[in-house]
Amino acid sequence: MFLRPISLSLALLLTAAPVAAQTTTAPTPPAVAPTEPRETIEGTLSNERTVIAIPSLATSSVQTVAGLRTDSLGRQIAEVIAADLERSGLYEPVGPGGVRAITRAEVQAPRFADWQARNAENVVHGFVDASGTGGLVVGCYLYDTALGSELVRKGFEIQPSDWRRAAHKCADAIYSRLSGEAPFFDSRVAYIAESGPKGNRIKRLAIMDSDGGNHRFITNGQALAISPRFSPDYKKIVYVSYLNNRVRVFIYDIASGSQKLVTESGNATFAPRWSPDGTQILYSMAVGGNTDIYRIAANGGTPVRLTSTPGIDVGGSFSPDGRKIVFESDRSGSQQIYTMNIDGSNQQRISFGGGRAATPEWSPRGDLIAFTRMGGGEFRIGVMTPSGGGTRLLTNSWQDEAPTWSPNGRVIQFFRTTPGREGKSSLWQVDLTGVNLRRLPTPQDGSDPSWGPVLP
Amino acid sequence: MTIRKSTAMIAAITMLAVGACAKKAPETLPPVPEGTGTDTGTDTGTGVIPGSQEDFIASVGAMGDRIFFGFDQYNVDSEDMATLQTQSQWLQRNPAVRVTLEGHADERGTRDYNIALGERRANAAKNYLASLGVDPSRISVISYGKERPAEIGSTEEAYARNRRAVTVIIGR
Repeated sequence: MFLRPISLSLALLLTAAPVAAQTTTAPTPPAVAPTEPRETIEGTLSNERTVIAIPSLATSSVQTVAGLRTDSLGRQIAEVIAADLERSGLYEPVGPGGVRAITRAEVQAPRFADWQARNAENVVHGFVDASGTGGLVVGCYLYDTALGSELVRKGFEIQPSDWRRAAHKCADAIYSRLSGEAPFFDSRVAYIAESGPKGNRIKRLAIMDSDGGNHRFITNGQALAISPRFSPDYKKIVYVSYLNNRVRVFIYDIASGSQKLVTESGNATFAPRWSPDGTQILYSMAVGGNTDIYRIAANGGTPVRLTSTPGIDVGGSFSPDGRKIVFESDRSGSQQIYTMNIDGSNQQRISFGGGRAATPEWSPRGDLIAFTRMGGGEFRIGVMTPSGGGTRLLTNSWQDEAPTWSPNGRVIQFFRTTPGREGKSSLWQVDLTGVNLRRLPTPQDGSDPSWGPVLP
Repeated sequence: MTIRKSTAMIAAITMLAVGACAKKAPETLPPVPEGTGTDTGTDTGTGVIPGSQEDFIASVGAMGDRIFFGFDQYNVDSEDMATLQTQSQWLQRNPAVRVTLEGHADERGTRDYNIALGERRANAAKNYLASLGVDPSRISVISYGKERPAEIGSTEEAYARNRRAVTVIIGR
């Protein structure tokens, strides 16, 4: 995978004069997201989505690079940008279908009146050109149509096969500029693809972009695979395989296609998680029916036992600063959520009331913990603060399970199971308002999503 | 006194009924095959290989290879004990045979927790067999959590059949 941010000042020199002199350098990184999660989004959700016109990206001259035509890519990249922004729930993209094409010269000199006439508050322009060295140069710009000002300028030199990443990077820049939130589209998801009869499901490790693009199966399904987690650098996946009829945590190396055991043990090991820096792995191990949580260096070594109460202590998720762990335990008589320090000290229950609470996941922003609430005959996705306050349930269905956070801590993916003999599992996402609920496209049924960080 | 006593008895009966309802697989289990079980461990003349899974099922009955649990429970009750005693008799007649105890959960639990719960159930069955004299080194344990339901469906009846520990013959 190759994507290199470039300054677009050279590109500007080749074409029309810049519309705003102060924008010749790349925009500064987006402001740090506000700490109060609810206010920034809820005000704009209900029928007040910002209209953004997104015509197909222009090209200086139609060329074919690695079998891809620059004009076709201009259309496809605009489609991916529009889909990303639409899925965020904050924006109402118009185009690329149904809006007029732009010329290459228009990219830096938009005809603002045209887009205002379409009620667009913002317009996205861009270009796709052959780099001359077998790659592509993609540029994208965001403008305010009323002010006639440039808000975002991004340029990337990419391998042709990475064109979707350029689209996600553009969408991220637009989203960040307009919402004030950190980016999240240019990220990936590992999950379990499911097929076959319910009593004997085939479960395969699979990976894809955050929007379902670039889908790829990793394992062949001969051994049952569950609960994958991408390493923070996306090079490895830690997961549980039933290879040779045992329950064990493996680290799968994506580039080499090889995998290794995290720890040698005669006991079942499961529920693995990476530390935020990728150097440590949490896992659970059952010994004689009693399950506890352990931590081990990702490259091996001696495991450290973190819990020792009788009963089931399982799962776990690091805080983004790597100093605390949130996990679940039934030591009180039913599944509830606890936090502890990474050495296992200071174990404290944080979930109370309303049934059982399971599968806690610490937000990458640190401000919230997502979890599965079981009660009243339903499994629902909820969030609460790390001290257990402010619990809010975001979904309402028969069985929603296993939340995983977007890299910016604004969106949660999970899997939804429907009841009955023909019950299916599928991947969904919901934002923190609970209003913007979407199903993710996957070629087969899906479960156990794991959302990774934004790609560099 | 009389009134209080009968109230207590009704309560006890109710609890028994509720307990049975919550825990056990339904009463419509297939009948135990008659006349196929032999207690000798030798060729029965039916083509069943002694010490095989087939032989085991012929001896313990079609559902005699498994015990059932209540919701989120893993205790071995008297009915389970009877089932495991029958299994242990066969295991002691076939001392070279190794078994796997598979622990399972219904679908109304989260994935990782259900693996831990299945471990509890399989180990509870293993420990009881060991207490009856079966060498625990002959018994391996695996939990499938909610991954391998025996009964497909989202009914209490299906859940009851899926909360189980199953003894599977893996050879000598």
